[in-house]
Amino acid sequence: MADVIKTATRDAYGKALVELGQTDDKLIVLDADLAAATKTGIFKKANPDRFVDCGIAEANMIGVAAGLASAGFTVFASSFAMFAAGRAFEQIRNSLGYPHINVKIGATHAGISVGEDGASHQCCEDIGLMRTIPGMTILNPADDIEARLAVFAAAKATGPVYMRFGRLAVPRVFDDSYRFEIGKGVYLNRGADVTIIATGLLVERAIAAVELLKAQGISAALINMATIKPIDRDIIMDAAKTTGCIVTAEEHNIIGGLGSAVAEVTAECCPVPVLRVGVQDVFGRSGPALELLEKFGLNAENIAAKAKAAIALKK
Amino acid sequence: MEPTKKQQLSVAACQIRQGIIEGVFNAKSGHPGGSLSIADLLAYLYFAEMNVDPADPKKADRDRLVLSKGHAAPALYAALAYRGFFPVEDLKTLRKTDSYLQGHPNMNSVPGVDMSTGSLGQGVSAAAGLALASKRLNDAFRVYAILGDGELEEGQVWEAAMFSGSKKLDMLTVFVDYNNLQIDGSLADVNSPEPIDEKFAAFGFHVITIDGHDFDAIEAAVGEAKSVKGQPTAVIMKTVKGKGVSFMENQVGWHGSAPNADQYNEAMRELDARLAGLKG
Repeated sequence: MADVIKTATRDAYGKALVELGQTDDKLIVLDADLAAATKTGIFKKANPDRFVDCGIAEANMIGVAAGLASAGFTVFASSFAMFAAGRAFEQIRNSLGYPHINVKIGATHAGISVGEDGASHQCCEDIGLMRTIPGMTILNPADDIEARLAVFAAAKATGPVYMRFGRLAVPRVFDDSYRFEIGKGVYLNRGADVTIIATGLLVERAIAAVELLKAQGISAALINMATIKPIDRDIIMDAAKTTGCIVTAEEHNIIGGLGSAVAEVTAECCPVPVLRVGVQDVFGRSGPALELLEKFGLNAENIAAKAKAAIALKK
Repeated sequence: MEPTKKQQLSVAACQIRQGIIEGVFNAKSGHPGGSLSIADLLAYLYFAEMNVDPADPKKADRDRLVLSKGHAAPALYAALAYRGFFPVEDLKTLRKTDSYLQGHPNMNSVPGVDMSTGSLGQGVSAAAGLALASKRLNDAFRVYAILGDGELEEGQVWEAAMFSGSKKLDMLTVFVDYNNLQIDGSLADVNSPEPIDEKFAAFGFHVITIDGHDFDAIEAAVGEAKSVKGQPTAVIMKTVKGKGVSFMENQVGWHGSAPNADQYNEAMRELDARLAGLKG
């Protein structure tokens, strides 16, 4: 469809910060020399006096954010997912997580859809890292509408929030009537045979997978799971009970991400087959983003195939 | 400095040292050496300098102290307790399972602690953030960070130093507890961060080197730091690890071990005698 609106979630992030800044005069945005790429540059242009470039020093940026927030400022700190969650993991754990400080991390360029920069910059481990920090909230929006609402929700939330945004322009999934709530998964489709639980840019691909399955006579439910932590246990249990098997889909290592979070809930509460579509514990590589998504099986066809495999595993 | 003020600060420092020994002895673990070496600085800051109120420990315009060398928590807790933030008696609960006095400072559980620290190198960045906040609030408060000399081996310290110099954070004063000993030995034997003064100067700091056990020198350095505009200040304090407890002085082994009962009694006797002398 040529008329589908495509926007990168990082663009929605930058614009949402400008909106936030209009009502919150305590808002300060930090970046680590990537403002043009993370899109905090949009905020910088509108509010140069409330933007602080910390330079290529992510560890220090997280500490500076902690200090500012402890004095009452609303702080958003941005870098690429690799250098926020990865490089500054221990700073996030000890300077934000342990004291439960009110800093919001805007991590862009997550996943392999970074594209040509390749494996060194394609962070597929960030959700896993952030998920192990007690009290951390993790948001992974699917499109620009959801990204904007996630930023507003993060600003209102107490404690640290990790927001995961992409570089690639992705098709809009939601419309202006969409309501976002931290900790709540949302059914985008009801079905009987299998539930697909997707997050981030895989949501749009999961919608296509539902259509592929429908054409083959398979009724697939679809849940958008924008909050990875705290994970919506109720909706996962509902999915397990109503369809008896689950497929997860994410642009992240299958270890530690959404698939793990869902499997942890089902294993404890309602054991059913859970198959995981994601990066199969390998590093990424260079290439155009859309080609890489195909190469790594992050597409509708693979989700549909895994759905059928999950159904076959049902007792 | 007025003789009476100096005498009061000497008493406070001696009490802080007793609090350190009390805490570490009862915990049967902890870091006495690097706690004792900053007792005089903490006495000066909390009893003569900082705008803090034990009745309102979170008041917005309070001066902040970030103990970047968080393992010196016994010293910070003792200073806060004797300053009235919580009962001195509680120092005996240091590191106990249900105590609020965690092994390293926790800003959410201990009244008067301004930042959770313990992982070396991180506190100084938070202090820089606080100093930036102060700037934005029209210089509402001063920020003091205390770093270990071994801590200077952490790269993040220099990220923070670069930031603080670059952003002209003149509300920030960084103290380096230059006792020349770290866990594995002397600074030179491990991985020397020297020349410390020249490094801070290169990052844009106003640098002052003093005897960290001389109240007159500490007072003069803090006053000088407050007069400097457009630059953060680094005060390199030459100190003695274990200062005030003779058998612990300059002994690297007392970095992270607790005294036994005999050693506890010996340390307390020495500090009691000094206290008696001070009170005349």
